[in-house]
Amino acid sequence: MLASVDWHVVWVRIAHPDHVFFLALTRTVYVAVIAQVIGVVLGVAAALMRMSKAAPLRLISGIYVWIFRGTPLLVQIFFVYYGANQLLGFTLIPNSLNVGLFSLDGAIVGGILALGINEGAYMREIVRAGIDSIDKGQMEAAKSLGMRYGLAMRRIVLPQAARVIIPPLGNEFNNMLKNTSLLFTIGVYEMFADAEIGYSNSFQPVEYFLGVAFWYLVLTTVWTFIQAGIERKLAASERGEELSFFERLQAVWNPVSAWRSAR
Amino acid sequence: MTDVVMRAEDVHKRFGRLEVLKGVSLDVSQRETVCIIGPSGSGKTTFIRCINHLEKVDGGRITVNGQLIGYRQKGDKLVEDSEKSIARQRTQIGMVFQRFNLFPHKTALENVIEAPIRVLGQSKEQATEEGVRLLTRVGLGDKTDTYPGKLSGGQQQRVAIARSLAMKPALILFDEPTSALDPEVTGEVLAVMEELAHEGMTMIVVTHEMGFAREAADRVVMMDEGVIIEEGTPEHFFVAPEQERTKQFLSKIL
Repeated sequence: MLASVDWHVVWVRIAHPDHVFFLALTRTVYVAVIAQVIGVVLGVAAALMRMSKAAPLRLISGIYVWIFRGTPLLVQIFFVYYGANQLLGFTLIPNSLNVGLFSLDGAIVGGILALGINEGAYMREIVRAGIDSIDKGQMEAAKSLGMRYGLAMRRIVLPQAARVIIPPLGNEFNNMLKNTSLLFTIGVYEMFADAEIGYSNSFQPVEYFLGVAFWYLVLTTVWTFIQAGIERKLAASERGEELSFFERLQAVWNPVSAWRSAR
Repeated sequence: MTDVVMRAEDVHKRFGRLEVLKGVSLDVSQRETVCIIGPSGSGKTTFIRCINHLEKVDGGRITVNGQLIGYRQKGDKLVEDSEKSIARQRTQIGMVFQRFNLFPHKTALENVIEAPIRVLGQSKEQATEEGVRLLTRVGLGDKTDTYPGKLSGGQQQRVAIARSLAMKPALILFDEPTSALDPEVTGEVLAVMEELAHEGMTMIVVTHEMGFAREAADRVVMMDEGVIIEEGTPEHFFVAPEQERTKQFLSKIL
């Protein structure tokens, strides 16, 4: 069976991908980054709404999470890209969006929005757990110094919660990098679309899908290292001491055991 | 009296069906140090938390420097004040917590200068100069760049006192400031507090440290079951407490 695989094509896809593939890879990365940023912002907002005294805000936050965690991401992507303009009665998703030198296709804009909104629903629980993990005395101390809720959140609680939020956030971004492949279905030319089109032209599934899987693995692995660096910095500023790179790396692979050993 | 800093009138507080404060009235004058003693569950911590509105009072009123705390008069009713003006009132009421509550992601100095910069709008240079001076005063001039996690409990509590002083409050509330400390370091915290008391800081201290009360307090207040049952000078409490409940309590802690 293996004999039927053209290993030269696999090698080319892995080691010498063409220019078009790199454009697709770049697109995968920036779509994931922007969508994750949107997700974090929405997640923080939804978490604060969830903890608000105002019942309507809590309700809105609850409905948001209920819908976006309760329906398939693929359905949400189609709904946002094809349905949002019709539903809202105005153009939320333009045919193309020009930002300075960059021009984004409407499908990319819609895809980023859908991924970001979906991600926000998951981030809400992560952010909330992070905030909940901070001792109530921190908010009380801040308030007793005359700080208002917003300032105390921003300066005292959220920076501490960030340390708790970062490890699961890293896992979320790992998922995000892979979930961008779904945008192929609405016509975004990202990494998976490049592989799929290569496959349909050549009928060499193993060669093309193995090649693209390799590159997803490269992206998620690079991200693991970046995350290790971020966490190391956070821990250093938190405790005023440096943890070794490998201790941090261990924390990324296995947060629970690293946390135990740090106690 | 014009020099009353804190006045509590018939303060009531309930948590659900449990009435924790059943009408507490107390005046504290400028430069006075008042120790509040009493068994746990007597409401003493709840009472001082009402003074800076960390707990809302359900009845009665508390004023600090003549200002009603947490509420404003609307017709003949009291309505809760805006978050903004409550925050402003708290700037003149310092608080030192049992568990320190230092900000662990900030150094000792950053803990001290955070609120003066962000709340009072001081310049970083000004706040830093004052912060270093205060940390030196509590004996931690060499620990300005140390994170709380690297400080002992006694050192953390002294940073917390400096943090409180940096706001130049009219009054500082101490909520069992030495209860979470190892016995061998309570002395260093109490020494700082005694010095403050002698320098004329207005202080309300919930504590079981009768030694501190004897050295530093102008007045001792005994609370039990949500009311003040006895008050007087420290000598009064050591020599001839009147209430049976007070005698019992003192015999246990002395």
